[in-house]
Amino acid sequence: MSGRLAGIGGVLAVLVVLVVLYVADFLTSAPPALSAVTQNGSPTLTLQTMASWGHGASPDWVTYMGRDASGKWQHTTIYTLPAHTLVHVTIYQFDTATGLRNPFLAQVRGTQGGVATIDGKTVSVVNPDDASHTFTVPDLGISVPLPGVDSNAKNQCSAGPCTLDQAHTTTTFSFVTPGKGTYRWQCFVPCALKTYFGNGGPMQTIGWMSGELVVS
Amino acid sequence: MSAVGATGGAAGAAPEPRHGRRIAVIWIVATVIVVPLVIWVLGPHIPPGQDSVQSHDQHDVNVVLTAIAAPVLLFIWVYFAYAMFNFRQRGDAVVDGPPIDGNPRIQLTWLAITSAMVLGLAVYGTASLLGEQGSGGGEGPSPIAKPSAAELASALQVQVIGQQWLWTFRYPGYGGVETPTLELPVNRWVVFHVTSLDVAHSFWAYELAVKADAVPGNDNVAYVRASRVRTFQIRCAELCGLWHGHMNLIGRVASQPGFASWISQQQVRYARVTRYLPPYRLVYYPQPIRRAG
Repeated sequence: MSGRLAGIGGVLAVLVVLVVLYVADFLTSAPPALSAVTQNGSPTLTLQTMASWGHGASPDWVTYMGRDASGKWQHTTIYTLPAHTLVHVTIYQFDTATGLRNPFLAQVRGTQGGVATIDGKTVSVVNPDDASHTFTVPDLGISVPLPGVDSNAKNQCSAGPCTLDQAHTTTTFSFVTPGKGTYRWQCFVPCALKTYFGNGGPMQTIGWMSGELVVS
Repeated sequence: MSAVGATGGAAGAAPEPRHGRRIAVIWIVATVIVVPLVIWVLGPHIPPGQDSVQSHDQHDVNVVLTAIAAPVLLFIWVYFAYAMFNFRQRGDAVVDGPPIDGNPRIQLTWLAITSAMVLGLAVYGTASLLGEQGSGGGEGPSPIAKPSAAELASALQVQVIGQQWLWTFRYPGYGGVETPTLELPVNRWVVFHVTSLDVAHSFWAYELAVKADAVPGNDNVAYVRASRVRTFQIRCAELCGLWHGHMNLIGRVASQPGFASWISQQQVRYARVTRYLPPYRLVYYPQPIRRAG
């Protein structure tokens, strides 16, 4: 009898420990922060977007990635930037167009000169239907639409990290960071496959289509 | 020991004081002191303030409700404190109190007073909401409470568009320009048409006492006339996903020349994208849905 009770008690203790570990992991897990890389004396953020991450539990989730100082791509959307500094951003975009739900976000806002350079061409607005994603920081008034690759393009990327020999567009822009603080950013294209209005899954999860700019 | 004896009813004991009268006197004195304090000291600080026709009325209603609730709360507190001090068990013996058989007169009085208060407040609240003062709440596409036709003749139309997770604003009277910030002219009626592009949000201009659900496919109309140049907070009051808590903005009530200047600047600033906007409509069904599955 006592052995049976000890067995039940042991199983219960293990279950409690597992639940506690799961809750602790849930509460403490977050994507790693990626610092802007200094190039030619200026902080530079190099990102890429792709239609499907291709790994782990959510292989078909659309996502952003960031490149670290060693040139390796990291699956994170939390970026650390210096305060009151001109930051240069390059985004390699490997996804096809979905189109903006609100065409207002087709205009480039909050960048130096109110423009971005897309595949070498300076633009201030894009066709809303051509947008695949946006890089938008609402609290800073920054928004840059990212045109998608041609849906018939050859050599499309199917899993991240994508490489520059695959079909992509290149968007560059610069902006001045504000004072210290944490500012959320997100994509405003409803690009989450098979989710409610395209806004579920990766659109609702930090580390995929939204994250934070940690200005310090 | 009998229950009567325990409460001092035994022969030779001091006569029982008139507890009801004592409680009533204490309660009336406390009410006479507290209610004026509620109205004139606390009242000016009760939200949402006095900066629009709608907020003025809401503020008054909140003051009235608080002033009426204060005596009720005081009665409970006074009775509670009086009972603790006067009806507590003295000595070691613990005995049951006397049986209570009910008192129809007290019960009927209580029912009559509380019913009168609740029904009176319902009539008062309904009457307030039916006027232009109550028009700050979203009432759907065919509002009942609204300003007069004469007042609305020169009203400014502003469309409020909620989306995960951002507010944008369209001004159909100014070429349909859309802006990421909200500015309103002082002393001019504004008609808000609140809608959403995805899930349900709720547009809440706190100090102006405007609150209207933003529902996709729905034109929710609310009115406001700001009476002072100031800034005001805009929040989303409907839990709407990951960044719900970040759907905050600071709106601005400007002088009428100031608003005219601002809206002209917005028309120039967003001219390039305005040509891509769909024709102004009261609702926009969520599009595109190519990836929505």
